[in-house]
Amino acid sequence: MARDTFVLGLSGEPDNLNPVLGYAPDGGSLLFDGLVTRTADLELKPALAVELPKTDGAGTTVTFKLRTDVRFHDGTPLTSADVAYTYQAVLDEKNDSSLRSDYAAIESVEAPDPETVVFHLRYPYAPFIQRATLGIVPKQSLDRPDFNARPVGTGPYRFVSWTPGDKIVLEADPSHWNGAPAIKKLILAYASDDNIRATRMAAGDFDATELAPKAAARFEKTAGLTVYRVPSADYRSVMFPMEAPVTRDKAIRKAISLAVDRSAMAKTILAGAGSAAFGPIAPGTSWYDPSVQGSPTADQAQAVRALEQAGWMPGPDGVRVKDGTAARFTLMYPAGDSLRKELALAVASDARRIGVDIEPAGLDWDAIGPRMAKDALLMAYGNPFDPDHTNFELFHSDFAGQGFFNPARYRDSEVDALLEKGRRTADPTIRKQAYDAFQRRIREDEPWVYLVHLQHVYVVRGEWTGITPAVESHEHATGGLFRNLADWKPAA
Amino acid sequence: MSRALARMVIWRVAFTVPLLLAVTAGMFALATASPFDPIRQYLGDRAQTTSPEIAARIRENWGLDRPVIEQYLDWLGSLLRGDLGESRSLHRPVVDVIGDRLGWSLLVVAGAMVVMLVISLAVGALAAWRRNSWLDRFITGTAYANEAAPVFWTGLIAIWIFAVQLRWLPSGGLTDAAATTVRPTDVLRHMILPVAVLAFSQSSWLLLFVRESLISTLREDFVTGARARGLRERTILFRHALRSALLPFITLLGARIPELVTGAILVETIFSWPGVAGTSVRAALAADFPLLAALTLLATLAVVVGNLLADAAYVIADPRVRVLGVS
Repeated sequence: MARDTFVLGLSGEPDNLNPVLGYAPDGGSLLFDGLVTRTADLELKPALAVELPKTDGAGTTVTFKLRTDVRFHDGTPLTSADVAYTYQAVLDEKNDSSLRSDYAAIESVEAPDPETVVFHLRYPYAPFIQRATLGIVPKQSLDRPDFNARPVGTGPYRFVSWTPGDKIVLEADPSHWNGAPAIKKLILAYASDDNIRATRMAAGDFDATELAPKAAARFEKTAGLTVYRVPSADYRSVMFPMEAPVTRDKAIRKAISLAVDRSAMAKTILAGAGSAAFGPIAPGTSWYDPSVQGSPTADQAQAVRALEQAGWMPGPDGVRVKDGTAARFTLMYPAGDSLRKELALAVASDARRIGVDIEPAGLDWDAIGPRMAKDALLMAYGNPFDPDHTNFELFHSDFAGQGFFNPARYRDSEVDALLEKGRRTADPTIRKQAYDAFQRRIREDEPWVYLVHLQHVYVVRGEWTGITPAVESHEHATGGLFRNLADWKPAA
Repeated sequence: MSRALARMVIWRVAFTVPLLLAVTAGMFALATASPFDPIRQYLGDRAQTTSPEIAARIRENWGLDRPVIEQYLDWLGSLLRGDLGESRSLHRPVVDVIGDRLGWSLLVVAGAMVVMLVISLAVGALAAWRRNSWLDRFITGTAYANEAAPVFWTGLIAIWIFAVQLRWLPSGGLTDAAATTVRPTDVLRHMILPVAVLAFSQSSWLLLFVRESLISTLREDFVTGARARGLRERTILFRHALRSALLPFITLLGARIPELVTGAILVETIFSWPGVAGTSVRAALAADFPLLAALTLLATLAVVVGNLLADAAYVIADPRVRVLGVS
């Protein structure tokens, strides 16, 4: 099927197309290239760099060598000054970049010669190279008044036009350093409603789209269309405040973990596009520890045993009581999120069966923030790239109670030590051991009870080679199935 | 008459200044009272992976940590210098953001106004002419039902019928998804549903007004006189009665502008039409204050100018008329 124009139906239109300001930092942009990129196995491979970088013995100096044959879409050659500018612009407080937190480890960036970029880190930070997928912009681009409207990058596709609220038109760069893409014209059309995207996919408006599992079911048997269910690290989990009277008791958390029916959640709420989750690291990634397991179905008898051993006995109204405290707490979820709402209701109904009374409460994020110290919350995170990402801030005691960082106020010196070891050690074997121990410790203590890992669902028209699903992230900025669209070729 | 007109315009413009001040001050007060945190909205999902210090720094950069009065005076000062600021969510000058979209909005709104005028005049006159017939009852019944129906509901029904079931018309967007250039015929085809829905949803009130006004005019002495002279009923209706019934219609049209603006917001959102009205929803959801403020100003101005034009047309059409500001 040879065709020149390919239309992607996407849900969320980006606010801007500038990597510095937060556009597609994890390599999800076709307009920009990073220093490195990822294979389908989530291994890093060089992109604008000729090879993976060298890190010095102290772990704080990372040196990249650049390719010399790369040009921006406007014809200017890429040099190390552009790379240094990009990272400095992210770190510049004046630019209000939403990514700055992710790059907090960088102390300075320098470009000693046109082909070399050197990053100086504040502390040894092994996962730093995972952040080097950030798209590189030309130097001084933030001073160009029209850059955010007409971006210039080095990626396989060039910017053509943007009709805000409707679509972005891109064209293949025939002289791209990695070869010209087979799809010559690419249109990113935006429609936020799942049903509208499904209708337009059915009507032939779109060649590929992302859908909610339920909306994708109708395409399962359509000739010429393929439905892809891609596993992800995107989890939904219950965060328990560790300083609140009921949820601070490990027996309560353990009992809820045993009482929830994860397989029913995956089957009904996720329409089959998901699997039971028992920890923050997704199965299917190399960091996952297979011993972190559990029963996907509910085990009420054992949950009740755990509660009774800890002294939680049935009270007059069916709710268990221990030392005058009723097993009762609030579970918050963001009001507009129907998936989290359904999961919260399922957790509450499973918990009621073992005599724990959970009151689900749909609130706005601004109302949720101040209540996280005393009320449980249905969380969504998950990033398959490096276990340090988000987990360091979510579970290290240094961050306890700092906004959305470690909202549970979880304090465990063993977890702190493991997270620090994983961050500061370069040796992958030692890191793997540290994160395995971390996963087991979280599974044992259950400050958060993990419910499900989601699958992301895509529908593609026609036969293509080069489609390589990879375990995806919670954030949509990674491009999902479409991240390597430049490599797709019509099947002969 | 032209002097009277000029005085009216001057009076109105003078009145507009305190009005705009009141509207913008009210908007600032509401934004401060709003429970939405603009930083949270700006960071989106990333708000949960951003450290509190960095969020605080952005707040400081935007001047949100300063007193409201100070922020308002700052904004007002820039406005007087012709600087509307930069959209926080889109990272582009507000003037550019509005400039890109205003034309598309005007196209739909102007199209809808023309269709609305024609429909309400023609159908209203028809209902008055055939009053109390089944046709009249059908027309007025539909008009009342339509007046009660929300625009987004009408829009979704129209998409379901014409785009999903019959597949005659596209369901949204400015051009076909696969189109890489903006061709007028393509835009025209995509305009049909938004314009029709907006016009239809706004026309019932006018239509009912035309009908009522005509019916009461038809009872007046000059109509009876015309009939007595043996003029044809159609001539009486269109040449005599309609003309005199039309005068208050002009004023009504001006008064409908605010509803046209809110209607446009919904229609643009339903049909992914890339106009300013749909953008105001996005600006509001993102708590993008500079953009929202400029759009609110624009909407206020549209209402003021709409009323001014209607009153001016009234003065021109009927020299006996004395409106506010003209003694």
